[in-house]
Amino acid sequence: MATTTHPVGGIAADHAPAEAGTGLWSWITTVDHKRIGVLYGVTSFLFFLVGGIEALIIRIQLTSPDSTFISPDVYNQMFTMHGTTMIFLAIMPLSASFFNFMIPLMIGARDVAFPRLNAFSYWVYLFGALFLNLSFVIGGAPDVGWFGYSNLTSKQYSAGTGVDFWAVGLQILGIASLAAAFNFIVTIVNLRAPGLKFMRMPVFVWMTLVTSFLIIFAFPVITVALVFLLFDRMVGTNFFVPSGGADPVLWQHLFWLFGHPEVYILILPAMGIVSEILPTFSRKPLFGYPVVIYSGIFIGFMGWGVWSHHMFSVGLGPIADSYFALATMLIAIPTGVKIFNWIATLWGGRIELKTAMLFALGFIAMFIIGGLSGVMHASPPADLQQTDTYFVVAHIHYVLFGGSIMGIFAGIYYWFPKVTGRLLDEKLGQIHFWLMLVAMNVTFFPMHFVGLLGMPRRVYTYPAGLGFEWMNVMSTIGAFAIAVSLLVFIANLVRSARRGPPAGPNPWGGPTLEWAIPSPPPIYNFATLPHVHRADPLWEQDAPQLIESVNRMSGPIHMPPSSYWPIVSAFGITLLLGGMIFGWWIGIPGLVIMLVGIFSWTFEPCH
Amino acid sequence: MSARRPHLTARRVLAAAIALVPMLLLLVGCQDQFPQSSLHPRSDVGWGVQRLLESITLWVVVIFVLVEGALIVAVIRFRNRPGLPEPKPVHGHTGLEIGWTIAPAIVLGFIAVPTVLTIFKTQDKAPPGALEVKVVGHQWWWEFQYPEFKIVTANELHVPVGRPVALSLETADVIHSFWFPAMGGKRDLVPAHTNYMWFTPEQTGAFPGQCAELCGTSHANMRMKLIVSAPEEFQAWVAAQQAPPVEPDSGSLAAQGKDVFLEVGCIACHTIEGVAPGVIGPNLNHIGSRTTIASAMFDNTPEQLGKWLEDPPARKPGALMPKLGLAPNQLAALVAYLHSLK
Repeated sequence: MATTTHPVGGIAADHAPAEAGTGLWSWITTVDHKRIGVLYGVTSFLFFLVGGIEALIIRIQLTSPDSTFISPDVYNQMFTMHGTTMIFLAIMPLSASFFNFMIPLMIGARDVAFPRLNAFSYWVYLFGALFLNLSFVIGGAPDVGWFGYSNLTSKQYSAGTGVDFWAVGLQILGIASLAAAFNFIVTIVNLRAPGLKFMRMPVFVWMTLVTSFLIIFAFPVITVALVFLLFDRMVGTNFFVPSGGADPVLWQHLFWLFGHPEVYILILPAMGIVSEILPTFSRKPLFGYPVVIYSGIFIGFMGWGVWSHHMFSVGLGPIADSYFALATMLIAIPTGVKIFNWIATLWGGRIELKTAMLFALGFIAMFIIGGLSGVMHASPPADLQQTDTYFVVAHIHYVLFGGSIMGIFAGIYYWFPKVTGRLLDEKLGQIHFWLMLVAMNVTFFPMHFVGLLGMPRRVYTYPAGLGFEWMNVMSTIGAFAIAVSLLVFIANLVRSARRGPPAGPNPWGGPTLEWAIPSPPPIYNFATLPHVHRADPLWEQDAPQLIESVNRMSGPIHMPPSSYWPIVSAFGITLLLGGMIFGWWIGIPGLVIMLVGIFSWTFEPCH
Repeated sequence: MSARRPHLTARRVLAAAIALVPMLLLLVGCQDQFPQSSLHPRSDVGWGVQRLLESITLWVVVIFVLVEGALIVAVIRFRNRPGLPEPKPVHGHTGLEIGWTIAPAIVLGFIAVPTVLTIFKTQDKAPPGALEVKVVGHQWWWEFQYPEFKIVTANELHVPVGRPVALSLETADVIHSFWFPAMGGKRDLVPAHTNYMWFTPEQTGAFPGQCAELCGTSHANMRMKLIVSAPEEFQAWVAAQQAPPVEPDSGSLAAQGKDVFLEVGCIACHTIEGVAPGVIGPNLNHIGSRTTIASAMFDNTPEQLGKWLEDPPARKPGALMPKLGLAPNQLAALVAYLHSLK
């Protein structure tokens, strides 16, 4: 798909590399960041739908008291897999799909720094995701919550293989995240176009950089914790087993030391997307660009010092509680500063309410609610009434659905024309936005109240007479309305990908480099690498010259050849780790395949 | 993009606000409708939390209205329409940045100071003269021990009004969380730890509570009941609990029930003083005096107790108490025996 449009300027054909192939094999062996971005996007959207179906099953069960729609064990599997799927298989890789497709275009590069490693990340993600969901058909899915608190996860209290699938699955997915994060750090630091200094980079590139650093520091922590857990379960060690002298609170510290930065891993990319969209549709540069970036870095940094605010009920003592409360409240300041700068970007602009802009505005409006309820349970005494209730369920969904997902949809509507060369339908887009906005509030707003009125989280049922009934009915209606809004989106996607009006290189008048090249971009992105003199280069006086020059061939272009060793290596690693559950007869072949894959990859000629 | 848009948006905002107000009033209005509410405190600690929460909520609502208001005003005022001037490429304003960094910091100060004060107050030692109760969490029921009175009971916590209650919290298996919303916040029961919490009930009555930390299959069914009574009523309850279990009249249905109790294996897990020494399940010395059974899931009526004994895992999924396969006459006798244990 990436090669049909010829660049402006006549001599392109002479030096252009061979056109990308078509067909399944060309996708399996691709190392093109744009194709990998599309693979990430399609796969993670499918898992987003899987997580959504799990949510609907949860909502059906909770519609009425003492419901017997599903059993408690299946219910526990549903919320565990809903959380795990949405975080690791939907939102993170949806963000990764934007990193993949957009980062090289936004920094004026031809690809990422390590194209085959990039393909490897995707295949590991895909195999890890399938592996995790395999548990539904083999012995039951994990049912201990996405946070998997010890010692409920011990062999004694979770005898089945669900917890093993969860732990091994997260290890596999961690490899994908780490490889991708290193790739994007190197790409952003080293492959920026000449003149694109750090403080000229688009905010989305900045937030990708911050997110990637969070990943490479956070994932080793969860990796270590999961290794401990797997040792406990498979070898009989006692890292988290109280009867062996361990303190299961250790798990909580390790998990949340990963888990809190993980929240920022989920939200910072969406903040970056919104920071691109607001200026474009306000016809005004981002207000306080350096302050927005420093705020993002500060949030990423402070995210390491607040983990125990997930643990106020554990009983860490008044001094620890006070410190973690104050540190948490401190994060509200840079978050607020970002919101004020976004509103100031709108102020004095000429706001075009395209669907992408509506989603960006919806992001701000909903994220404010999630942020403010976050301030409410930053206060430990208040949190002790709110934690583990539906109040917190409301909070995380305003942050992750109202925030991350709204931001991701904003990005989809904004960049779909760049990816496909066609515009999404605006009318369907507006219906999608308004329906989703109303539906998410109908779903999640009552949860604040039902939580304060005493409904705990993770309960498969509740008795009649506690006053929870009608609010749960509302949430269920809202959840199905969200599903309807997604059908509208899918219809729009399918229709517009085939018959949408051609977008042209820059349908929104955007200021950043990706809009200087055709839509969809040629396989080499930029015929000539751009020279950048300021932020927002396409809004500068010399933009026409820039556009002309980046689309004119100035010499032969070398693009990396496709390779099937990334998928082979990824498959081998998945089998190797899967052997921890299935046995040596899976693990040993996996090891061999992985070693052959990596060896062949290393000595594969790259031209 | 027509001139109707601001009107519509303003109406939408107004409608949302109007919908919100009665909802809030409804919630804060009546406790009867919401017996497990955390917004209707009935203890000193609960009120401390409530006052803090009210002041934080006030700040949060004010900020919410101001910021969402600014967002909506900006979108309406600067929406694209004919005659709007070309936007000026403003890149920032140092004064504004400093201002909106300091302003939230000040507001957070107003939240942080009472927060820290409340933390230290509620996590201080219990007031002197408190009634000490040891709570032990089990999958999926609650054990309450009163060392002062040498009483062990389950799932229904009896306390006198006006006297502080000091709880020590432990678990027999996995992590649980002890939560009576009317008394204040929750506190986890963690293996290898002993946690503490206290509160002074200020009003008599029965208050529902339940486990708040995922603890396995029947987490949702791990409920309990707090019964706050006048001091003399509480003393009477203590005296009744201290009495040895009632011995049924020989030849009565209850006496047959005792034989069933001894025969079918109940004694392996349950304690009835002088009858059975088991410690895996709840103490049954005075099971007949409890208002509920199966961790406050069902009323303690002969009918409900019969259904429970017939097939416990069917009524409380995952329950460790097995289906004993009792014949109908055995069941009736066992119910009679257990209900005789007042």
